[in-house]
Amino acid sequence: MNITEYFSMLFTDYTLGVITLGTAVLGAVCGMLGSFAVLRRQSLLGDAISHAALPGIALAFLLTGTKQTHFLLLGALISGLLGTFWIKSIVKKTRLKNDTALGLILSLFFGFGMLLLTFIQKLPNANQAGLDKYLFGQAATLMVQDVYVMIGVTGVSLFVLLLFWKELKLLLFDPDYTLTLGFNTRFLDILITSFIVLAIVLGLQTVGVVLMSAMLLAPAAAARQWTNSLSVMIFLAAAFGAFSGVLGTAISASQNNLSTGPIIVLVAAGLVLLSFVFAPQRGLLARRIRFYRNRKELNLRKTLSVMYHIAQNHKDISHPHAIKILNNFHGYTRKTLNKLEEKNWVEIRGNQWSLTAKGYQEAENFYKPQEAMQDL
Amino acid sequence: MNVKNEKLAIKIDDLTVAYDYKPVLWDIDLKIPEGVLMAIVGPNGAGKSTLIKAILGIIKPIAGSVKIFGKPYKAQRSKVAYVPQKGTVDWDFPTTALDVVMMGTYGSLGWIKRPGQAQRKSALEALEKVGMLSFKNRQISQLSGGQQQRIFLARALVQNASIYFMDEPFQGVDATTERAIIKILKELRDAGKTLIVVHHDLQTVPEYFNWVTFLNVKGIASGPVKDIFNDDNLTKTYGINYKVAINP
Repeated sequence: MNITEYFSMLFTDYTLGVITLGTAVLGAVCGMLGSFAVLRRQSLLGDAISHAALPGIALAFLLTGTKQTHFLLLGALISGLLGTFWIKSIVKKTRLKNDTALGLILSLFFGFGMLLLTFIQKLPNANQAGLDKYLFGQAATLMVQDVYVMIGVTGVSLFVLLLFWKELKLLLFDPDYTLTLGFNTRFLDILITSFIVLAIVLGLQTVGVVLMSAMLLAPAAAARQWTNSLSVMIFLAAAFGAFSGVLGTAISASQNNLSTGPIIVLVAAGLVLLSFVFAPQRGLLARRIRFYRNRKELNLRKTLSVMYHIAQNHKDISHPHAIKILNNFHGYTRKTLNKLEEKNWVEIRGNQWSLTAKGYQEAENFYKPQEAMQDL
Repeated sequence: MNVKNEKLAIKIDDLTVAYDYKPVLWDIDLKIPEGVLMAIVGPNGAGKSTLIKAILGIIKPIAGSVKIFGKPYKAQRSKVAYVPQKGTVDWDFPTTALDVVMMGTYGSLGWIKRPGQAQRKSALEALEKVGMLSFKNRQISQLSGGQQQRIFLARALVQNASIYFMDEPFQGVDATTERAIIKILKELRDAGKTLIVVHHDLQTVPEYFNWVTFLNVKGIASGPVKDIFNDDNLTKTYGINYKVAINP
């Protein structure tokens, strides 16, 4: 099956449709909530949460003996939340910094989870095979009711986001100020963190513990490059996430069932790379171009200012001077001189130049402070 | 100076704040009358910012009480505005100057309600007051340090408070902005508002302020600049023999 076949089968093949819808919705909700993690500079929290979820899955299996996704994910949710609030209370109550607390909880929970997984593997009569799919995810196991749950969570988080939009924006930008205005920042913090945990847990089945944080961060990091508006950024992050989900599933399904989770993450990473290079204002390319333009412009002005200082010594500003007295050090080349003439800042006659009134004015402005603010 | 006859904006009793076992503020008693423009001065680590944060409930004190116009802060929130240090927020946050100033209206709006035309109008007025109206749609990362400070001041002005707390509003700003800000602060004082400013530049204290508090973990002195801003108090606060040529 190639990619075009995949897209033509998308609406006829039920399983394929369910999986694609699932990865798309997952990408969207992760992108949306991931924006908050990125802007709060809590990017690594997602990684810690997803790793912290692993022992929950194993314990849920040991306690109930069932492999039903919903039970296992409930376990993941509980241990993910536990890990998160441990991290927060470590930071609050000890002198350990945030990154140390994250690393500590991440490895502690993940290590315990791995231990439980190997223990389960050695159990007799175990229908255990399959728990390790939560390490790297397996999109093929997505069922239609899983997708319904994802859509439900996405809907609720979108509603909460819109409801508390003003408060959440304020919290992201300036938490101390939020508190002085009388908003309960702890409530807002728990609210947004809980939804991030929920999104991560939903993604474990598809993308897995190890790569889950990339689903949260990559679309948001890519989106930030394209816009300076929070709402546009969140919308773009959701779109990028959904796109990664669909394209990742398409590539995976059309290429001999390559593992879906890693491909989705790679597609998202590709979007990040594209955004870093090609975004119109913040992109590397745009910044390079701006740099060269500015340098050219600066050379032009350097030459003009030399001319200005020479012209200042004469009563008549348009007194002609020899081109020879300009040199490279002043930023002068034949090209810059022609550019200056083009702009009508100098006149060239034979091998002599003279400043125009316009050029003189321009150079004079160059030396005035550029701050456009008035002294009140 | 007799403070008792005037209305007190802020009354602090026995305020103590500690990180772990180390006291940052020790048994502070402070009375700030209404309508003064007051500087808090003291060396690094004296607890100047902490004092403001403790008054505003951002940091929990281990002892003591703070009264704003005779009532606890929680009951008086709407009368208080806060200008945090510029460096405490991420200026690369995706938003515009006008949007940040609008945030000043969020407190009076309360939960969930969205800002509308009225809020937008008062935000634009505040921007005009600080000379930043033409920058209203500018992305905040593209503002200079002085412009960012003006935006923060405008955000507080929108709150239309009776008491303003400002944490080092002159740090890293250009001379033009410093003059502009002090002009606005003096106007606010003349309109009867109380302003409490963490300040670093001792030279400008007599010119800018009419009230001063010396702080170095303990409260050293507090009162009118013309009475207590002298070498004696400066030496007590900064530890070394301090000489500032003032009060000829």
